[in-house]
Amino acid sequence: MTPIKIAVASGKGGTGKTMVATSLASVLVSEHRVQLIDCDVEAPNAHLFLKPSINWSSPAVIMIPEINEERCTACGKCVEVCEFHALAQIGTRILVFPQLCHGCGTCSLYCPEDAISEIPHQIGEMSRGLTTNGVDFLMGELTISEPMATPIIRQLKGLVNEKGEIIIFDSPPGASCAVVATVHDADYVLLVTEPTPFGLHDLKQMIGVLKATGTPGGVIINRDGIGNQQLESFLEGTPYPILMKIPYDSEIALGLASGNVLTDFIPQYQSEFQSLHRRILEHYAKVSA
Amino acid sequence: MILMISSQGDTLQSEPSLRFGRAPYFIEFNLEDDSWKAHENPAVSEAGGAGVAASQFLIDKKASAALSGRFGPNAHYALTHANIRMVTFDGDYRSVQSVIDAYKDEKLQEAKH
Repeated sequence: MTPIKIAVASGKGGTGKTMVATSLASVLVSEHRVQLIDCDVEAPNAHLFLKPSINWSSPAVIMIPEINEERCTACGKCVEVCEFHALAQIGTRILVFPQLCHGCGTCSLYCPEDAISEIPHQIGEMSRGLTTNGVDFLMGELTISEPMATPIIRQLKGLVNEKGEIIIFDSPPGASCAVVATVHDADYVLLVTEPTPFGLHDLKQMIGVLKATGTPGGVIINRDGIGNQQLESFLEGTPYPILMKIPYDSEIALGLASGNVLTDFIPQYQSEFQSLHRRILEHYAKVSA
Repeated sequence: MILMISSQGDTLQSEPSLRFGRAPYFIEFNLEDDSWKAHENPAVSEAGGAGVAASQFLIDKKASAALSGRFGPNAHYALTHANIRMVTFDGDYRSVQSVIDAYKDEKLQEAKH
């Protein structure tokens, strides 16, 4: 059986993605093989809740150009073909901007003098470990000042356990490249939002992403009870059903602020997350039929 | 000696642009004969690397000095290597002409990095 890949995304930051991802993983691991991948490589935090014992790590690298100045004739072809402006030509010299390079290799492919070799440039680190309850945990961390998150996310995806049963991707906030890289190959996307104009505004952006990728999804309303009815009215006309509501509750906030998993410090949520899993599978079966 | 001033519009009366890589226009001004022309900034709508692309444009146009509100780290690196002087102005200047006059009067500061 191929695993079901569930991405947890939100649009707006701070709506509870990691709370949902870590709770779902903790509940499902009692009956399934679960892998959780923290794809928020600019600010990973799922490990603070799951406390895995890390037993593997590896640098995340991209290959960037190095100019062999003896061979280079300064023809400028590499500058011309670089879509990302990671190369500039000053007189007879080619300058490389490693932080703009996407590692695509186009420059070395086009260089007529074979004067470009590709050298590794570390942009971050990936690590892996098991939690005490058996979740196979993976995370990536972008080096400070490195701007590109997507290569690490792609490399993390290369470590998906295809023999697993449930793979959970904890997405970064927003709706930009890093989020698209996280959700594009998911089977299902859980959209965690809050019933405020901010939550709704950014949820609409996420729905725009899902329409483009054609990925089905459902909504979790967190901090239910605050804000207004706009979110629920909006969702009525969409193919994204409300799968769960979590109330605005200071006990939840306190427990999370202490670094605990929701389903550990309020065990009644264990059955709620089991029900959530059932609703995901039902909805997924319905839309993929 | 050629100055390139980042600008919101395509005349000497246009408002100067405080942004370099994302400036809509560059006004090329020749200090030898006070002639000028406007160029659309080819980098303005780039997804990324606008500072480098705009710098490359100035390098190819053989500019001696770049005048803008501020220069990002990539533009700074490229322009430094090309020996193009970077000079900054603040939001008080209402026209490209007033920036050029201030440059001639040596009232503008070198970019700090």
